[in-house]
Amino acid sequence: MTHRMKRREFLTIPAAAIGGTLLYTLGGEAFRLQAQGNKQDGNIQVPLRFFTAEEARVVSAACARIFPSDSNGPGATEAAVVIYIDRQLAGPYGRDKYRYTKGPFIESLPEHGYQGKENPREIYRAGVQALGNFAALSLADQDAKLVSIEQSSFFRLLRTHTIEGMFADPMHGGNAGLIGWQLIGFPGPQMSYRNEIDKHFGQPFRPKPASLQQIMRRTGQPWEDEKT
Amino acid sequence: MTNLKPVDVAIIGGGWTGLAMANELAGRTSQSVLVLERGIPRKTADYALDMDELDYAIRLRMMQNIADETITHRHSARATAVPVRQYGSFLPGSGVGGAGEHWNGASWRFLPELFTLRSHLNQKHGAAKLPADLAVQDWGVTYGDLEPHYWHAEQMLGVSGKAGNLKGKTVAGGNPFEAPRQNEYPLPPLKDAYLSTLFAEGAKKLGYHPYPQPAANLSETYRNPDGITRAACSYCGYCERFGCMVGAKAQPSNTLMPLLARRKNFELRTGAWVRRIVHRDGHATGVEYVDARGEEFFQPAGVVVVATFTLNNTRLLYLSKIGTPYDPASGKGALGRNLTHQTDGTTPIFFDKPLNSFMGTGALSMRISDFDGDRALNGSEGLLRMGMLGTNSFGNRPIASFDALPRGSVKRNWGSEWKAAALKWRDRNAGIYLSGEHLSYRQNFMDLDPAYKDKYGDPLLRFTLDWTEHEHRQRAFANQIARKIAPAMGATVDDTQPPRGKYNAINYQSTHIQGGAIMGDKPDSSVVNRYLQHWDVPNVWVIGASAFPQNPSHNPTLTVLALTYWAADAIVNRYLKHPEALA
Repeated sequence: MTHRMKRREFLTIPAAAIGGTLLYTLGGEAFRLQAQGNKQDGNIQVPLRFFTAEEARVVSAACARIFPSDSNGPGATEAAVVIYIDRQLAGPYGRDKYRYTKGPFIESLPEHGYQGKENPREIYRAGVQALGNFAALSLADQDAKLVSIEQSSFFRLLRTHTIEGMFADPMHGGNAGLIGWQLIGFPGPQMSYRNEIDKHFGQPFRPKPASLQQIMRRTGQPWEDEKT
Repeated sequence: MTNLKPVDVAIIGGGWTGLAMANELAGRTSQSVLVLERGIPRKTADYALDMDELDYAIRLRMMQNIADETITHRHSARATAVPVRQYGSFLPGSGVGGAGEHWNGASWRFLPELFTLRSHLNQKHGAAKLPADLAVQDWGVTYGDLEPHYWHAEQMLGVSGKAGNLKGKTVAGGNPFEAPRQNEYPLPPLKDAYLSTLFAEGAKKLGYHPYPQPAANLSETYRNPDGITRAACSYCGYCERFGCMVGAKAQPSNTLMPLLARRKNFELRTGAWVRRIVHRDGHATGVEYVDARGEEFFQPAGVVVVATFTLNNTRLLYLSKIGTPYDPASGKGALGRNLTHQTDGTTPIFFDKPLNSFMGTGALSMRISDFDGDRALNGSEGLLRMGMLGTNSFGNRPIASFDALPRGSVKRNWGSEWKAAALKWRDRNAGIYLSGEHLSYRQNFMDLDPAYKDKYGDPLLRFTLDWTEHEHRQRAFANQIARKIAPAMGATVDDTQPPRGKYNAINYQSTHIQGGAIMGDKPDSSVVNRYLQHWDVPNVWVIGASAFPQNPSHNPTLTVLALTYWAADAIVNRYLKHPEALA
């Protein structure tokens, strides 16, 4: 085995873009960075675990077209979805520790799902490379590019992961500041609705969202974060 | 291979079946009872931190790691099977408690006629009129045999529900079409979610008979006959695919393990992956297993109880060369036959009001049985059997529930237009769900795959399974009924028609997989006799939904437990006194 020396890569996010706070995990501990005042230039530097800085910019731009920030509220950029995807790919999921990966590999029917040999890390690496200078394109050109890859394994993963990164518990790196849950009025994990389940009929009941860490004081590493 | 000290009874699998059997045998006899579970230990405290949709419901933390073992699937015997590489149309559990930890809690008794379905269909239609490929069989037991065991299981779990048929008398509020019960449910029904009340109102307007699904999620604090006290359900919405953090959902870890932990003649060994049942001259001598470190053991045992999930019950018999494999061409041989799943289908419905659907619990459902069995069929539908319909309020979590839109409402499934529609409908969509009987057919079966192996190099189980015209018709019929109910409950429906496609091995349906080691009254057409005892090797008992000759539309767990108690009675009262074939 040879170990490739890897220079630590960072994604620079304008603090204003992520609406106040960013919650992510690093080295086994949860860090909460106040966006304002963290850096004098108003940017946050997030260390990347899988993507290079250039790859992260491409993925971030693509996620922003899948789940845009628009008149209907914040999107993938504000939720820091790219950080969620980076963490997933760095962990056991990215290396297919939870998929049957023995051969022979035979292309089959859609009813049998993805049968390929490539793991999510490999699919992303190739998929991002094929997007080339995506981040520099106009929004219209970006959309056209995504339309052209809509049927690919890469795009299917990217779309699925974007939704996950919007709405998973923030300990996984996305849903920064619970922005995804605020957007849809989901309260996060709550201990009990025993006194609420049979009330509020036909009316929106929207308790203030809380993360698992906030309600349980969970500080351990999430399961996805395998020590490397 | 290390030879271990013999035990009287070795039970393979530490889920509902294995642990309920262990508790009966260890509690009622002085036999030494060993449960071999290949997963990890589990306890209620493990679930205190589990309200994480990604980890549990998407990455499926509680399931068997599919990287280690999966099944292969093909639609017909002419096709080449490929592995199911990611879950999946069903979700087999792992660890102590098995799927009984992450289940929803639906706790049904089956209709009496289901236990004698072949006789019932022959009588109703005439044997000559039934499809040639229909493999439906009688079970060899009757509802009357199982009724006391159903009651035992309901009390142990603490089932919340409302009887509709008490000793033949119809009771308001329950299911008037259910099998006659001798007792009211141990607990009153769960509270109704908003969606439940809407469905009930709509169904009543059409003259149907809505009732709450019987649930092993406690509606009130409950002390069961074993002296186990558990707290009432909090409707937190983290039930299916999760373990219950307050113990309100009955799980082996909170009902059976506390009893077993006190029994001196009981031992649980986790991380023990059984690969073979060893037998000679029609008698099992024990089991071979590999522990978590890869060390191999031979565990001698007087009785072997196979109590894993349907899949591995069947596979272990194949790998151990016990019984005659089924041959679909000749129809001979019993091992692997009568593979069924369930005919389910959902008609999406949409509301102009929010449902607050993040609140709920595993078995919180409103149902109608007006079309269950064949009571409402007149022959013009081309159907032999139907099933139940209703709504589910399991607790919608944000990732999985985000993307439900009326069909055709957006051009593509990403971008601003899609986001706007997804936000609009997120808490205003539901479904009218069909749980239909999936009949058994000659061409649907299980055997060993010739190409793909598990992590120890043993062949994977292979499914040969596809839908027939009967299942397509069931879904179409249910969809017609749902389209009448939806407007009556204040909802709209889009133009979605039920899919007529092939069996999909990837999209989750239910974890109700039946058959492979079916019970019956003849050794040439069943693997185990009416007591779940193997016909060829009488000191091997094979228990679980693997014994169901066909799928009964209702969720299987309560019947699996009732069969376990029925088999335990046969072992304790008869077999241990005279160890021989009981039928």
